[in-house]
Amino acid sequence: MEPVPSREVADMTGAVALPRKNGELVFDEAWQGRIFGMTVAMSHEACFEWREFQAQLIAEIAHAERDGESTSYYERWLHAFERLLADKGLLDAGALAQRTRDFESGRRDDVF
Amino acid sequence: MSGTHDDHGHHHHEPESLLSLRVRALESLLVEKKLVASEAVDRIVSAYEEDIGPHNGAKVVARAWIDPGYRERLLADGTAAIEELGFGGVDLQVVENTPGVHNLVVCTLCSCYPHALIGLPPVWYKSFEYRSRAVREPRVVLREFGVDLPESTEIRIWDSSAELRYLVLPERPAGAERLSEPELAKLVTRDAMIGVAVVQPPAAAAR
Repeated sequence: MEPVPSREVADMTGAVALPRKNGELVFDEAWQGRIFGMTVAMSHEACFEWREFQAQLIAEIAHAERDGESTSYYERWLHAFERLLADKGLLDAGALAQRTRDFESGRRDDVF
Repeated sequence: MSGTHDDHGHHHHEPESLLSLRVRALESLLVEKKLVASEAVDRIVSAYEEDIGPHNGAKVVARAWIDPGYRERLLADGTAAIEELGFGGVDLQVVENTPGVHNLVVCTLCSCYPHALIGLPPVWYKSFEYRSRAVREPRVVLREFGVDLPESTEIRIWDSSAELRYLVLPERPAGAERLSEPELAKLVTRDAMIGVAVVQPPAAAAR
């Protein structure tokens, strides 16, 4: 079964509107596509409602703008996603920090 | 994407950014917990990358350029003609640009848009400014988009609604006579199918 782009995701407007060019999504770096895909996949699996993520992203963007942070759209997306997962008890911040170090040091090289 | 530089050293790529490492770590944890499958992520990313965009609309336009019969059917009944190519889910009227007539699509009430054919609407399409000015002073708006039409060209405005969407069939550019259908489709942009751009000849488009 092929996933069909959902209007709920594609039609987000205002500050949370997906970066686009010529009507296409723009992922400047591969990780941006991965984090986008993970978020959509988990909403498909009903780990959370899309509107819950959207609300978190709106809050994250507002927070970053208020603090004058120069972070990119998908960096803010990543923060919002991590926060939502933590709130849902699906992600442990310590485990993520440790796993990130494992990748950084080369102790781990594959996501599997 | 980076990685096009010559590099004879030990490392083949730029050092991976901390963000990229963090996202890999996150995916690895979520996969481990069976909350997400990497294959599902792959499929979603490619579906959004491929399905969202002006590709489908561009295929329709390219077919109409090379097949006069198809062009006629498309202008007579857009909905049926796009179904021939496997696209649907929208009631569509196609309006054709000619040397004397230029078409421009707007949705004055909200932001009705043929998503299935041309992807995500640009931010300005939903702006109050575009929605009001496209009707009031289309020639000025078009000039701001870089389309400078002679006074003799008639401009027709098409106001989309929830029931009926519009797609502009742009003029085939000069110098594109020898191109194949897929090559022609590559020239067709989202903006040209809204009517705020004209399709550039192949040399200009490649720049």
